[in-house]
Amino acid sequence: MHELSLLEGMIQGLEEEARERGFSRVAQIRLEVGRLAGAEVEALRFAFGPATQDTLADGATLEIIEIPGVGICRTCGREVEIEARFDPCPACGEGFVDVTGGASLRILDIDVEGGP
Amino acid sequence: MCTTCGCGGSGATLEGQAHVHPPARPGRRRISLEQSLLAKNDALAAGNRRAFAQRGILALNLVSSPGSGKTTLLEQTILRLRDRVPLAVIEGDQQTSADADRIRAAGAPAVQINTGKGCHLDAHMIGHAFAALAPPEGGVLMIENVGNLVCPAAFDLGEAHKVVILSVTEGEDKPLKYPDMFAAADLMVLNKVDLLPHVRFDVERCIGYARRVNPDIEVLRVSAQSGEGLDGWIHWIEARRPGPPKP
Repeated sequence: MHELSLLEGMIQGLEEEARERGFSRVAQIRLEVGRLAGAEVEALRFAFGPATQDTLADGATLEIIEIPGVGICRTCGREVEIEARFDPCPACGEGFVDVTGGASLRILDIDVEGGP
Repeated sequence: MCTTCGCGGSGATLEGQAHVHPPARPGRRRISLEQSLLAKNDALAAGNRRAFAQRGILALNLVSSPGSGKTTLLEQTILRLRDRVPLAVIEGDQQTSADADRIRAAGAPAVQINTGKGCHLDAHMIGHAFAALAPPEGGVLMIENVGNLVCPAAFDLGEAHKVVILSVTEGEDKPLKYPDMFAAADLMVLNKVDLLPHVRFDVERCIGYARRVNPDIEVLRVSAQSGEGLDGWIHWIEARRPGPPKP
């Protein structure tokens, strides 16, 4: 369940942002979750309530945008979409795919309220 | 049609950008961050990496399931290296200081981190443990992560290499079941090879699975218990020690 600690780390980051940019509450958080990021969307949603409770993001809505895993095949050289990290290349059926995208977990933006 | 704002499908889109709505309520404003959820950990890990480099320290992050033999491997590593290489250990477990006690008994300074409910070590914990240990320049810092093949894969500690330890009693398909960890590691140590005559474990198939996930992963076969293959492990460590510390 590292999704909970990922979100707790995110809240710490948001508290720093709040001090720097002068807001007091986060009303919405949009996360981009790569399919190869090693985090489960359902586990993120499940952990979001406990992680944000009694913080500046208490009651915030969570929007998750999933993006596919992509990579370059070492055998045929094509850029392909993959479901899992160890999948063979769907184009040629055998090559190892070096992941180039969909492995990250990012905060895209936040909607905030309150001022200094 | 978009169900949030009602805009039509023919509307303009920005390349590489999700459909963006302005905040609906007055008094709200949107701040674009575009940063990794791991940004804070990664920044602290980068700081650890600089601190290790400044002192010429090789830091290894040892990851595995519980019971793979990490602590026994560490004890044997200490016994073989302690006369010529300064070695220090950071032990991560949810509870108890049993492992740190074993490491100290083997002759190396150790700091125990208890993560409580936490399932992995993070760069912040390592920064504090490193400061507390203050290992000598030019040494080797072994970080024994919490026994868990999932979560520690995501958290950079500032190490030079992740080393995944897999024992032959665990099943040869672990690299396929926990691909993120085997993808993140530079070396797989197959431990307990002295038990191979007694278990169903196809070494070549296991290595094949690991290379399917990570074609570049190195593999060493050892038994921390019998000593088989440990010379190769010691050599692997010594070959990766950095030169003298940078001024």
